[in-house]
Amino acid sequence: MSFPMPDLVPAYAEIFLVVMASAILIADLVIPGRDRGITYGLSLLTLLGCAVLTVGAVQGTGGQVTYTFSNMFVSDFMGNLLKMLTYIAVAACLVYSRGYMSDRDLLKGEFFVLTLFAMLGMMVMISANHFLTLYLGLELLSLCLYAMVALNRDSASSTEAAMKYFVLGALASGLLLYGMSMIYGATGSLDISAVAKALEGGRPAKTVLVFGLVFVVAGLGFKLGVVPFHMWIPDVYHGAPTAVTLFIGSAPKLAAFAMAMRLLVNGLLALAVDWQQMLIIMSVLSMAIGNLAALAQTNIKRMLAYSTISHMGFMLLGLLSGVVNNNWLNAADAYSASMFYAIVYVLMSLGAFGMVILLSRAGYEAEELSSFKGLNRRSPWFAFIMLLVMFSLAGIPPTAGFYAKLSVLQATIAAGQVWLAVVAVMFSLIGAFYYVRVVKLMYFDEAQDTAPLEAHLDMGVLLSANGLAVLLLGILPGPLMQLCFYSIKAL
Amino acid sequence: MTPWLSLSIWLPVAAGLVVLATGGDGNARVARVLALIGALAGFLVTIPLATSFNTGTGNMQFVELMPWIERFNINYHLGVDGISVLFILLNSFITVLVVMAGWQVIQSRVAQYMASFLFLSGLLNGVFASLDALLFYVFFEATLIPMYILIGVWGGPNRVYAAVKFFLYTLLGSLLFLVALLYLYDKSGGSFSILDYHKLPLALPAQMMLFFAFLAAFSVKVPMWPVHTWLPDAHVEAPTGGSAVLAAIMLKLGAYGFVRFSLPILPDASHALSGFMIVLSLIAVVYIGLVALVQTDMKKLIAYSSISHMGFVTLGFFIFNAYGVEGALVQMISHGFVSAAMFLCVGVMYDRMHTRMIADYGGVVNTMPRFAAFMMLFAMANCGLPATSGFVGEFMVIMGAMKANFWLAFIAATTLVWGAGYTLWMYKRVIFGAVANDHVARLKDINGREFLVLALLAAAVLWMGVYPAPFTEIMHASVNDLLKHVAVSKL
Repeated sequence: MSFPMPDLVPAYAEIFLVVMASAILIADLVIPGRDRGITYGLSLLTLLGCAVLTVGAVQGTGGQVTYTFSNMFVSDFMGNLLKMLTYIAVAACLVYSRGYMSDRDLLKGEFFVLTLFAMLGMMVMISANHFLTLYLGLELLSLCLYAMVALNRDSASSTEAAMKYFVLGALASGLLLYGMSMIYGATGSLDISAVAKALEGGRPAKTVLVFGLVFVVAGLGFKLGVVPFHMWIPDVYHGAPTAVTLFIGSAPKLAAFAMAMRLLVNGLLALAVDWQQMLIIMSVLSMAIGNLAALAQTNIKRMLAYSTISHMGFMLLGLLSGVVNNNWLNAADAYSASMFYAIVYVLMSLGAFGMVILLSRAGYEAEELSSFKGLNRRSPWFAFIMLLVMFSLAGIPPTAGFYAKLSVLQATIAAGQVWLAVVAVMFSLIGAFYYVRVVKLMYFDEAQDTAPLEAHLDMGVLLSANGLAVLLLGILPGPLMQLCFYSIKAL
Repeated sequence: MTPWLSLSIWLPVAAGLVVLATGGDGNARVARVLALIGALAGFLVTIPLATSFNTGTGNMQFVELMPWIERFNINYHLGVDGISVLFILLNSFITVLVVMAGWQVIQSRVAQYMASFLFLSGLLNGVFASLDALLFYVFFEATLIPMYILIGVWGGPNRVYAAVKFFLYTLLGSLLFLVALLYLYDKSGGSFSILDYHKLPLALPAQMMLFFAFLAAFSVKVPMWPVHTWLPDAHVEAPTGGSAVLAAIMLKLGAYGFVRFSLPILPDASHALSGFMIVLSLIAVVYIGLVALVQTDMKKLIAYSSISHMGFVTLGFFIFNAYGVEGALVQMISHGFVSAAMFLCVGVMYDRMHTRMIADYGGVVNTMPRFAAFMMLFAMANCGLPATSGFVGEFMVIMGAMKANFWLAFIAATTLVWGAGYTLWMYKRVIFGAVANDHVARLKDINGREFLVLALLAAAVLWMGVYPAPFTEIMHASVNDLLKHVAVSKL
């Protein structure tokens, strides 16, 4: 029996990562020192290596869409771009988390290994061209995240959060699998491209398909954290150690976006009319509940959790505007708007949670909104960085968040859904209130806590760069928009 | 060709960055001097705009055009015509004055205070110079950030409420404006150029919808009755310089929006709804004038008087004749000088007495004769005495109204009664009479710096009152073009 060797070039980064993560797992046992300097360095080097290999993969495949492992794995421009951004986001998470985790005695080898395996999961999701690959990546990511949330095992709220996350996550995985099985039943394939072909040809059993689609969208909604599948978000964000919240709130959003693209656009585009309707409901509800609930929060992690929900709802506006009356003309515009939104959101989320970490120190969690009081007195520079991030989340120009909103709103209006755009801006007005409140706390109120801010040099520099990137992308958003557009076009 | 417009926008912003870099209050002196240099330089670069302005044409001049975000065909497109050029000069001039006015009063976070004004100045120039709708929007919104900080950090006791109210109120309007712009972008086949929109044919229902979306943004900014309630709060709580810029320039953004967007883009809706707009304007003139009469707080009184004067401006626009529109524009410039002067006068007294209540004053003329003389002039200008700038604009608008309808002119003309009533009555209670209390008895007359600020404004007020021809000449050709354009139906 012949066993053809698959083309490994597109997957070099994944292979390298799995080798390195395993090596770090073992090496960490023998590496001395409590500050895990070597493990930390190795992890960052691994990310760098992945980046090099991904660039190599783009060159090796000539930038063409390449399938390998019997069509289960795809390497295309969108995937590679998202992977590169994932590396950056994960690297930022590691840098931001180091001091925080070490102060709490949580900086163990597991943290790094779980982070790297979670990233592997994301990369597999991003490159999946098969329902099973997708599911595999998703489970790898989720299992690592469950464990990371519970990393602080003496904390009741962390373990509770992990438990909730696990139970609901398992349920969502079940829904997704069930939906996939229905689609498999209707089309006879698990291969995403083959499913798309089967749907384009004579439409097989529509009832079963739509039935399956509902479950797939529900599973997807859970992973994105949109209403009504959002229940886990506030508790997990709140209960997890802030460094883990930072991780959950950033890079996995890129993977979730990729998953939505692979499933809905690459696979089930022929059913766009059906899933777009579901997304409209989820989007409007997310913007409504996310923004309204965020108003009432006094804990900044919970506030940002609800804000995530509303932002994911906003991001869906692009995904649901692609196909109008069976017309694909706006599709690339709309999907690239969503992609841009997801990327900008990750950048802002990193900045916001990074600031929460910066304000925390040994024995003190800066979880309450009031810990931001008077920050302008304590550190004008970081207050300014937080100001940029908050105005960006609120979508006020000249910050990146504005262009993210602009591009999805443009897509919505081009799809003829003016009412949806009006609803969206009204909820973002409500959202502006709680972001502006953070600025108010930092600038207008007197500090309760006057301890000077201590930041590791690497964290300080990176966080500043993060904040300035929000501004820079606000002044020159063109290139990134173009990249997103190109990567969707090339799908 | 020197890019004067770009300089007038970015020079103050760059100066603001330099001022910000001076850091804490240890370097307050340096920050003040640098801010003054920056403001003066910012004013100097606007002078060529007036001296080499070609009054013979209504076309855009000093045009700069560069692609900015090619993905959405957004350009860095600047240019001024006779309508907008004066506001850039006015704004840069007022910035110099407010920097001087805050010289001694502001003792905490001086660098941030001065930098906010410089940023604000650059952004406001950007609003008036933008010919790309999205660029306009970016500047329009970005002005909220420094103003929010100015009111919230250096404002009065209730500053936080006022700052947040100011921010959310204006954001509400502008978000609808954004949706309207995206709709126009879609209709025009992918252009954000304001001049393209001027030629874009639009059906009446669409025009009506857009008109109300524009109205939401601009009426809040003007502010028109009944969405004016944020203004008294913001004015009362803002620091003196903030009130001056708010009244002198920021209110003009709304009125400017009407002439740049509503009238030329939506001529049919403007005609159809002119009655509605005129009624709102007259309510502002008469009702708000009466409200001003009963105020006990000087800043509140001037704030209401501003709303009433701005009612004149919107009235002038919507009677569609040359007298009305030119009169409204002259009134805008004049109000820029007069309201800034009135707020600075109140600021002079407030700095000494720390109260704005009329009842706490009396007989100020006995201790501050030079100040009383200046305030006399500005009070007269505020009620529209001939030979002051206040007279010219109001007279022209009343003339224009007379051409349209006698009773319209009659009601509008009552403003001369209300204006004289509230301004002179306040003046009498504060300045004349016997010395009211010990505090007033101990007052020191204005110093050289304050004298210079008020003298510059007095010169401007008298110049415009005695010889307004240079102002009207600059705007003449553009106003004629505008009226010709508005007279042609787009249906």
